[in-house]
Amino acid sequence: MTIEFDSVEVGDELPEHVSPEITRHVLALFCGSSGDHNPMHVDIDFAKSSGMSDVFAHGMLSMAYLAQLLTHWVPQSQLREWNVRFLAITPVHVRVKCTGKIIEKFTSDGENLVRLDINAHTDAGSHTLAGEAVIALN
Amino acid sequence: MLDKSLIGHEFEPVTVEVEKGQLKFFAKATGETNAVYFDEDTARAAGHPSLPAPPTFAFSLSLLSPEPFSTLTLFNVDIGRVLHGEQRFSYSGQIYAEDRITLKQRIRDVYDKKGGALEFIVQETEATNQHAEVVGLSTTVTVVRNG
Repeated sequence: MTIEFDSVEVGDELPEHVSPEITRHVLALFCGSSGDHNPMHVDIDFAKSSGMSDVFAHGMLSMAYLAQLLTHWVPQSQLREWNVRFLAITPVHVRVKCTGKIIEKFTSDGENLVRLDINAHTDAGSHTLAGEAVIALN
Repeated sequence: MLDKSLIGHEFEPVTVEVEKGQLKFFAKATGETNAVYFDEDTARAAGHPSLPAPPTFAFSLSLLSPEPFSTLTLFNVDIGRVLHGEQRFSYSGQIYAEDRITLKQRIRDVYDKKGGALEFIVQETEATNQHAEVVGLSTTVTVVRNG
């Protein structure tokens, strides 16, 4: 289904996207596939030596789930810019719930655009990522 | 304290090939269900010449380069002390499998908060493909914990 500019309104919410459980196996796969070999995310000995009680998920893993929230709504070619702040670490064994809401409709350089408020929470209730995305709609 | 004289520092550009297998691996690791990101027939049917790199993959390209943590080396920071603070992407094109992407990175700002307990490195990376088209710009804020 194509999302059209005239058919959306400020306040509309995107279909929620929920990640699979972030197991240690997921972190190992993301370590290799993302190129982020920081041992903090896969080596509990290293994490403890750095003052953490356990490994925790890569922030960019949660941002990848937020990207899926957006690209499952519209094709990636319509994504113009986006940003997130990482608010809290994401521990192992949670799922990441990604949400988005239209907060502005505007036109720039002849393009119809919507601005989204985007957020990630763990299913344990922690608010982990907050940001905005600008998407072009026909 | 981080050396603020490094604000404006530009790294030597690095060129990285976007590997198809890496994109499929990334899709698997992130639980991707949209086949356009891991099935070439689906990607072509959607009008793509090859598998598209998903929106955050430009960040991975810099990590897949030969010197993935060059910024930490530049500032002499231990990797166990850093957190990812903010991340921003803007796009002017699409990165595809088998593209050769040149990354130009520079240090845009260095600042501190809480009396120096937290320091921040702001880094910009411009990505250009083999056709000399700028495809995107990413901005990364790295937090260094001094406490």
